[in-house]
Amino acid sequence: MISKTAMKLSALTAAAALALTGCASATPSPTSTVPTALGKTEGTVSLLAWPGYVEDGSNDPAYDWVSKFEDQTGCMVTSKSYGTSDEATSLFKTGDYDVVAASGDATLRLIASGDVAELNTDLIPSYAGVYDFLKAKPWNSVDGKVYGVPHGYGANLLMYKKDVVKPAPTSWDVVFDKSSAYKGKVTAYDSPIYIADAAVYLMAHNPELNITDPYALDETQLQAAIDLLKAQRVNVGEYWSDYLKEIQAFETGDSVVGTTWQVIVNSMSAKAKVGAILPTEGATGWSDSWMISSKAKSPNCAYKWLDYIDSPEANAAATGYFGEAPATAAACEFMGQDVCDSYHAGDEAYAAKIYYWTTPIANCLDGRTDVECTDYARWTEAWQEIKG
Amino acid sequence: MRLSRTSKWILGVVTIVTLAIIYLPLSVVLVNSFNTSKNMAWPPPGLTLDWWQKASNSSGLMAALSTSVMVALGATAIALVLGTLLSMALARYKFFGKQAVSLLVVLPIALPGIVTGIALNNAFRTVLGWNLSIVTIMVAHATFCIVTVYNNVMARLTRMHPNLEEASADLGAGLWTTFRLVTFPQLGSALFAGGLLAFALSFDEIVVTTFTAGSGVQTLPIWILENMFRPNQAPVVNVVAVVLVVVSVIPIYFAQRLAGSEQRR
Amino acid sequence: MDKYSALPKQGVETPALARRISTLLYSKVKLRLTLLLAAPLTWLVLVYIAALLALLVTALYSVDSYTSQIQTQLTFKNVLKVLTGQVYQTVALRTLGIALLVTIVDTLIALPIAFYMAKIASPRLQRLLVIAVLMPLWASYLVKAYAWRSVLSNEGIMQWLLRPLGLDTPGYGITATIITLGYLWLPYVILPIYAGLERVPNSLLEASGDLGAKTSTTLRLVMLPMLVPAIIAGSIFSFSLTMGDYITVNIVGGANQMLGNLVATNVGNNLPLAAAIALIPVLIMFGYLTAVRKTGALENL
Repeated sequence: MISKTAMKLSALTAAAALALTGCASATPSPTSTVPTALGKTEGTVSLLAWPGYVEDGSNDPAYDWVSKFEDQTGCMVTSKSYGTSDEATSLFKTGDYDVVAASGDATLRLIASGDVAELNTDLIPSYAGVYDFLKAKPWNSVDGKVYGVPHGYGANLLMYKKDVVKPAPTSWDVVFDKSSAYKGKVTAYDSPIYIADAAVYLMAHNPELNITDPYALDETQLQAAIDLLKAQRVNVGEYWSDYLKEIQAFETGDSVVGTTWQVIVNSMSAKAKVGAILPTEGATGWSDSWMISSKAKSPNCAYKWLDYIDSPEANAAATGYFGEAPATAAACEFMGQDVCDSYHAGDEAYAAKIYYWTTPIANCLDGRTDVECTDYARWTEAWQEIKG
Repeated sequence: MRLSRTSKWILGVVTIVTLAIIYLPLSVVLVNSFNTSKNMAWPPPGLTLDWWQKASNSSGLMAALSTSVMVALGATAIALVLGTLLSMALARYKFFGKQAVSLLVVLPIALPGIVTGIALNNAFRTVLGWNLSIVTIMVAHATFCIVTVYNNVMARLTRMHPNLEEASADLGAGLWTTFRLVTFPQLGSALFAGGLLAFALSFDEIVVTTFTAGSGVQTLPIWILENMFRPNQAPVVNVVAVVLVVVSVIPIYFAQRLAGSEQRR
Repeated sequence: MDKYSALPKQGVETPALARRISTLLYSKVKLRLTLLLAAPLTWLVLVYIAALLALLVTALYSVDSYTSQIQTQLTFKNVLKVLTGQVYQTVALRTLGIALLVTIVDTLIALPIAFYMAKIASPRLQRLLVIAVLMPLWASYLVKAYAWRSVLSNEGIMQWLLRPLGLDTPGYGITATIITLGYLWLPYVILPIYAGLERVPNSLLEASGDLGAKTSTTLRLVMLPMLVPAIIAGSIFSFSLTMGDYITVNIVGGANQMLGNLVATNVGNNLPLAAAIALIPVLIMFGYLTAVRKTGALENL
C-alpha cells in the first residue's frame, strides 16, 4: 500500500522540478479544470491504444465495437496502435491524441509529466460497474485522484512445454536458478518492467533483501534483481514483446519455458503441449487504463469513449478480442462465462496474487522514506545493461 | 577477355543458386498465405483460402494501401523534381561546395532511419508547429528519396553529350525548350528507374513513417506491423505480400521495356 | 529532319517575355545555377539538416527523471555516459560488426550474379533477371523478416535442409540477423554493381584479352578498379540500413540488441540520451561517407 505522504511528497517534487526547469511545455493541468458536467460532443476523438483495443471492423468485419459508439455519440473515431509502452509515451507526448489506453508501466509517467488529466468519474456512469479491486489503484491514481479507468487485466504467467520441462514447475525457479537446464530455450518479456518479475522471485527466495513491493526497489535491491537477470540472460534464447513471436517460438520449440499471457496459452495448438501456471511466488500483471489528455481537443467525446468502453457489451468485445479479463463483471454475460473463467475474471483470490505493473519512481511506492528508490529511467538503463 | 565455357557455366549455377535463396523465403510467404495455422506454423497443418477472403474483405487494408500509394506518389513526385534539378546543377556546373552538396543528398538515406525519424518528428512538431499528417510522411519520405532520382539522372547526364544541348541553343531554342525537347527525352528511363526506386523505398518504409505519421494515418507497412501484433490476423499479411510481389512485375517490366527501347534507338 | 523542323516552330511560339528570361538565363551562368539549386538545397537544408542539428543539440540537454520533461541547460552528461558506458561500447561494436559482415556477404553474393546478368545473359534473359532480382523488394520488410524467422526456426526449412548434412540451423541470434539483413538489402547491392558492370565497355575487356592478359588478370586489373565506385555505392545501402535497423534483430536476433534498439527504447522517456546514442551511427556514417566520397561512389547509388 502506498502512503499518502509519499505520494504528496512526490507530487511536490514534481511541482518543484517543473518550477525549476522553467520549460513547462506541458505543465500538469491545474485540478480546477476537472469538468463537473459534460458539454456538447465535438464530433471527433482520437485514440491511442494497444493493437486490438479499438476495432472498427476494417480489419475484420466481425470485430467492430467502434461503429456503435460513433452511432450513439456522433464522435467519429480515429485511432493509432502502438507496440510498447515506451512507444506509447513518446507518441502520446506529441499531443495528437485525446485518449490513451496505457499499461501501468506508462501511466505514472504520463501523470507525472502532466500529459493526462484528472478524471471526474461521476461523468462516467459505467465506472460504477468496474471491479472494485481495480479502482483508484497506484497505477491509475495519485493521492486519491483518479486519472484512468480500467480496461481489462491479466497476469504474466509461466508457460512451459510439458514434454521438455519435467516435472511440471510450480515456481519461477525454472527460469531463474534452474534455467541452465534449458539453456538457449528460456524466454522473457522484453521490457524494463520485467525487472519486477525478478523482484517478485527475490521477495520469496531472498527475504534478507526486504523487498515488499516489486516496483519499489532501492539500489541494493535493484542490483540483486539485475544480478539475477544477468545470470538468466546467459540461458535466454530470445526476449519477446509481440505475441506472434512468442506463439511461434513455443510451437517450434525454440522456446520451452518463460513468461506468457493467458491469451497466448489459449491460442497454442494441442500439438505444442504447453502448460501454464501462476507460480507460488505470485506474478506480475497488468491492468490497463484509459486516460484523457490534458490537452485533449475533444474532452467531451473522450469522456463518452471512457464510458462506452467500460460498458459491459463493449468491454466484453474489446477484452475478449485481445484476450484478457474484462474490467466489469457484467461483461461476462456478453463474453461467455467459460471465457471469463479462463481469464479468471473477478476471481479476487487470483487477482490478489498479481503485482500489477506500476511505474517505479524515486519516492518509494512501498512508503519507505529513509531511502530513495530506483526510477523507471534507472530501470531502462539497467535493462539495456542486462541485455548487453 | 574470353570466359571459358566452364566459368560461364559456374557463374550460371551461382546465379541460379542465388535466385533460389532469394525465392526460398518468398515461397514460405506464399505457402503461409494458405496456411490454416493462425501462427503460421511450419509445416502447415492444412491449407485454406480464408486469409485471401479476409484480405479482400478488409477495408482497413484497402485504406492503408491507398494511403501508401498516395504517400509514395507524392514523395516520388517531389523527389523527381528536386533530384532532377540537383543533378542538372551538379552534372553541368562547377561551383564551390559541390562536394558538400553531393554528400548532403546522400545523408538522409545514409543515416539510420531512426535518427531521421526522431529528428523530423522533433522538427515538424516543436520547431515548425505542424500537426503530423499524411503530408508530413510525404515530406519525410521525399527527403530520403531524392537521392535515388539524383543518382540515376546524374549517371545519365554525365554520359550524355552536352553538344546536343548546345546545338539546340545555337539553333535558337530557349532553355526550357531545350530541356523539354532535347534533355528530357533522353532522361526518360533514368527518371523512371529513379522514380521506381523512390516509390519502392517509400512504399516499404516503417521507421521514419512511425515517427512522422499522425493519428489515424496508416500506411501499408504500419498496417502490416499492427496486424502482426493483433490476435488471429497475422497470416493476412502474407496475402498482401504475395499480391504486391505479383503486381510489382508490371512497373518493373515497363521500366525494362523503356530502357531496352532507348538502347536500340 | 522532322524533329529539327519542330524546334524553331516551338521557339517562335514562345512569348517574348519568356524568351527574354531565357536569354538572360543563358548569359548568366550563376543565376542559372542558383535557380537550379535553390529548391533542392532549401529542402535538404531546411527540412533535413535543420532537423538533424536540432536533434544533435538535444543530446546536450537532460531529462528530469520524474516528469520526463526536457531541461535545456547544456550538459555533457549523456554524451559522456554514451562514451564511457560499457553497454554502449559493446552494442556499438556488435552493430558495426554486423553491418560490416552484411556488407561483405552481400557484395560477395552480388558480384557473380551481377556479372552474369550484365556480361553473359542474353538481353532477354537479362531483362528477366532484373525483374527476378527486383521483385522481392515489394514483399514488405516485415513479411520477409518473419519468413526468415520461420525458415531458421528449430523445425524450419533450414533445419530440414541441413539435417541430412549433419548440420543444424543457426537458430536465432547474430548469424540469423546477418542472414536476414543481408537478404533484405541484397537487391540494393546488386543493382548498382549491375549498373556499374554495364558501364564497363566489352571492347575494353576484349582489348585486354587480345593483348594477352589472362581472364583473371583482366578481371583484377581492368574490371575491378572500374567497379570499385559501384561496389561502394552498394555498400552504403547495406551498411547504413544495417546500422539503423532494430526491427530485424527483434524478430530473428534472439536476445541480442543493436544500436537502433537502444535509441528506440530511450526515445520515449529520455530523448537527450537517445540523441546521444544516435550520435554513434551518425559519426560512423559521416566517417564512412567522407572516406568514400573521393572514389566517386556517391554518384553510383
